[in-house]
Amino acid sequence: MNHSELFIVLIAMIGGAIRVSTPFMFVALGETLTEKSGRINLGLEGNLVLGAMVAYAGSYTTGSAWLGVLMAGCSGLVLGAMHGYICKLPKVNDIAVGIAFMSFGTGLAFFFGKPYIQPLAPKLQAIPLGFWSSDPNIAQALQVNPLFFVGIALAIFMWWALANTRWGLIVRMTGDSAASARAMGVSVDLVRLLATAVGGFMAGVGGAFLSLYYPGSWNEGLSSGQGLMAVALVIFARWDPIKCVYAALLFGAAGALGPSLQSIGISQGYYFFNAAPYILTLFIMIASARSKSAAREVPGELSLAK
Amino acid sequence: MSVAEILSEPEVATRAPSLETLGMTKTFGQFTALDDVSIKVESGSFHALLGENGAGKSTLVKCIMGFYTAARGTVMLDGHEVDIHSPRDARDLGIGMVYQHFTLVPCLTAAENLVISRADAPSVIDWKTEIPKLEAFMDRMPFKVRLDVPVSALSAGEKQKLEILKLLYLEQRFLILDEPTSVLTPGEADEVLGLLGEMARRGEVTVLMISHKFREVKAFCDSFTVLRRGKLTGAGDAQAASVAEMSRMMIGDTEIRERAEREKRNESHAVLELAGLMAEDEEGRPAIDKVNLKVRAGEIVGIAGVSGNGQSALVEVLAGQRPLNDGRIFINEKPFEPKRSDFDRFKVFGLPEEPLKNAAVPRMSVAENMAFRAFDKPPMASLGWWLSPGPMRRKAQELIERYRVKTTSPDSPIEDLSGGNVQRAVLARELSGEVDVLIVANPCFGLDFASVAEIRSQIMEQRNRGAAVLLVSEDLDEVLELSDRVAVMSGGTISYVSPIEETDRNTIGRHMAGH
Repeated sequence: MNHSELFIVLIAMIGGAIRVSTPFMFVALGETLTEKSGRINLGLEGNLVLGAMVAYAGSYTTGSAWLGVLMAGCSGLVLGAMHGYICKLPKVNDIAVGIAFMSFGTGLAFFFGKPYIQPLAPKLQAIPLGFWSSDPNIAQALQVNPLFFVGIALAIFMWWALANTRWGLIVRMTGDSAASARAMGVSVDLVRLLATAVGGFMAGVGGAFLSLYYPGSWNEGLSSGQGLMAVALVIFARWDPIKCVYAALLFGAAGALGPSLQSIGISQGYYFFNAAPYILTLFIMIASARSKSAAREVPGELSLAK
Repeated sequence: MSVAEILSEPEVATRAPSLETLGMTKTFGQFTALDDVSIKVESGSFHALLGENGAGKSTLVKCIMGFYTAARGTVMLDGHEVDIHSPRDARDLGIGMVYQHFTLVPCLTAAENLVISRADAPSVIDWKTEIPKLEAFMDRMPFKVRLDVPVSALSAGEKQKLEILKLLYLEQRFLILDEPTSVLTPGEADEVLGLLGEMARRGEVTVLMISHKFREVKAFCDSFTVLRRGKLTGAGDAQAASVAEMSRMMIGDTEIRERAEREKRNESHAVLELAGLMAEDEEGRPAIDKVNLKVRAGEIVGIAGVSGNGQSALVEVLAGQRPLNDGRIFINEKPFEPKRSDFDRFKVFGLPEEPLKNAAVPRMSVAENMAFRAFDKPPMASLGWWLSPGPMRRKAQELIERYRVKTTSPDSPIEDLSGGNVQRAVLARELSGEVDVLIVANPCFGLDFASVAEIRSQIMEQRNRGAAVLLVSEDLDEVLELSDRVAVMSGGTISYVSPIEETDRNTIGRHMAGH
C-alpha cells in the first residue's frame, strides 16, 4: 500500500465515518435519553428498521423525503410509547419487552415493507462540502447529509438540556433515584414513558437515514443489528450525549473499513473487515463490563445497575 | 414570588406553625396500624415521637404527609383543619419531612438538588443567577454543605444536613425528622439537633422528631408523645418526665428475659486475629484499609462507627462475601480462609446484618434455612449428599422451641417470619453448636425491645462460655453495653481501640468523626 492509497483509505474512512455514523448517533442519543430516565429500551433496532421502512414508503407516497423522515420519527415515537406504557405495568421487565419490540418492529416493517422493495423513492440530498477540492475522493467523502448535523446539534442540545433545564434534571432524577422523584411529586412512569417515546422518535429518524440516504434503499437486510450496537455504544459513551457522537463516529469508521479497503483493491479479508463494528462492540462490552468507573456513572435505576 | 424573596421577608418566614392530629386511625386490611391517635405539637416546639418499631410512628407521620389516607381523623395546622392528599399538598402547606433513607438524587449536585426540589423551578435554569442566590441562602443557614459536588460524593452527615437544608430552602416551617441521627456521629447529631433546637426556640421552625434515643430526647426536646401498637400511651414534657417513665410507656408490661450477667474473666489468649486486611468496594476504591485487630477468648470486641466507614465490608470479608485483597486472618494462630470447610473446622459462626438477605434464602423453609450448617453431615445426610428431611425437620422443631421462633410450621418460607424471628432463627442455627468465634453485625437493628434484650443476652452467653465475639454495630449504646473492648472504625480502618472501662461516649464519638 503506498501513500496515495493510504490517503484514499483514510479519506474514505472519514467519509464513511460521517456517513455510517448518523444512524448510530440517532439511536444512541435516543437510548441515552431513555436510559437517563432509568429504563432500557433494547427494542430500538425495531424502531430503526420500522423507521427505515416508513421513511421510504412515506417518501415514495408523498414525494417528499423530509416528510418521510418525519413519518419515520412518528413511527418510532409510537413504538417507544408502547414500550414505555407496557413497562409501567406491574412486574414487567423492560429488557424482555425490549426484545419483544425488536422482533415486533422488524416484523411490522417486513410485513408492510414488501411492496416498497422495488420502487424508487425520492432521497435526502447531501450537502457537497467538498466542493473546494478537485480530488474526487475528497469531494465524495465530504458529501454530508444534513441529518448528520441535526444529530450533532441534537447531542449538544441534550448535553445542555440535561444540565440546565428543569426537564433535564427531572429525567436524571427519575433515572438515578425513583424514590426521590416520587417524593417530589414527579410521576416516574410518565417521565419514563415520555423519555422512551422521544428516544424512539430519534431511533426512527436514524432509520430514515438508512433507507433515504445510505445505503439508500429499502430492503430487509438494511440494518443488520445497528440498533443493538448503538445500545452497546451508550454504555461505552457513559450516558453522555457528546461522547455518543464520538463513539458513533468510531463505529462508523470501523464500519467503513471494509468498503474503503475494497476501493483500493484490497478485497482479501473483506468480510472480516466488514465484521469490524461487531468485533468492536464485543470488545467494548468486555472492556466496559470490567470498568469500575462506568459502574459509577450508570444511572442508578437501570436494571443493568441492580 | 421566588424563594429568595420570601426569605427576605422575616415576618412571613419566621412563623412556625403548630400541628395537631385528631383521632387519626389507619387500617391495612385487618390490621389497625393507628388507632384513634391525637397528638399536639405546639408552635416553635421540638417534639419527640417515641415508640418501638411497628408502634405506628411512621404510619402517623405518613398520614400527616399525605402518603397514606387515614380512615378517620383530621390534621389541624395552626388550629385550622387542612386536607392533605399527597406529599405535594403537605409541601404547599409548609410541612416537610426528612426520611430515614435519603431523598437526594445521587448524580445531581447539591445545587441541582435544591433547585429542582422547588415547585417553581424554571424550565431553563440560569445557573449564573441561581448560584449566588443559593450561596446567599447558605450564608444564612446554621450549617453549610458544599454546593458544587454531586451528592454521591458527600458524607452521610453532609447528606443529612442537606436534607434538612432542603426543607428550609423550600420554606417548610414544620419539619418532621424520621430518626435523623442514625447516620450521624454523636458530635454531628448534637450539632444538627442543637441548631434545630435553637431555630425552634426562636420560633422559626417547629420540629417533630421520630426517635428511640432517650439521650437525644432528654437533651434537645421540649415535649414528647409515645405510641405503642398503634395507640397513644403517653405524652408530656420531655424535660419533666424521666427516662424510666418514657420507656415504660413505650414497652408496656412485656416481660423481658433477664440479661445474662457479664462474668469476670482472666486474661486469655487471642483467638481471632485480623492482620492488615484490605478490600475494595464495588467501584474499586478501598473499602477497608489495613484493619488490624485481635479478639481474645471470652471477650466481646465492639466496633463502633458511623455507617459506611467500612464495617459492612469488614463483615463481608470475614463471611467470605467480599474478596480479600491483602492481609491475613488467623484463628488460634492458624491461617483462616473464609470458606465453608474452615468455618466448620475453626467453629466460626456469624450473624450478619439483614439476615434475610445475608444469612438466609428467603423462599426456602425455616427448617431448610436452619440446616444450612449441618445439612451435609449425619444425621441429616448420608454419604455427604443423600439428605433426609426427617432429621432436618426434627432438629428445626427443637431449635424453634428452644429459641422461641414464632412460625406457623418449620415448613413455611422463612421470608414469612417477622424480622425478630428471622434473626432468632439464624441465631439458633449459628449458636446451636460449640462456638469459638462469633461475628455479629447490627444484631438488633429494627427489633422490638423484648427481642433486643434476648438477642443481646444470647451474645453475652456465648462470651461467658469462652467464645471470641466480634460485634459490629452502628448503635453506640449497644457497643457500650456489650463490649469488653471498644474499637472505632473510621474511613475504612480501625482508628482507636480501648478497654471499655478506660473510655467514654465522647472519646469514642470524636474518633468516629475521624479526629
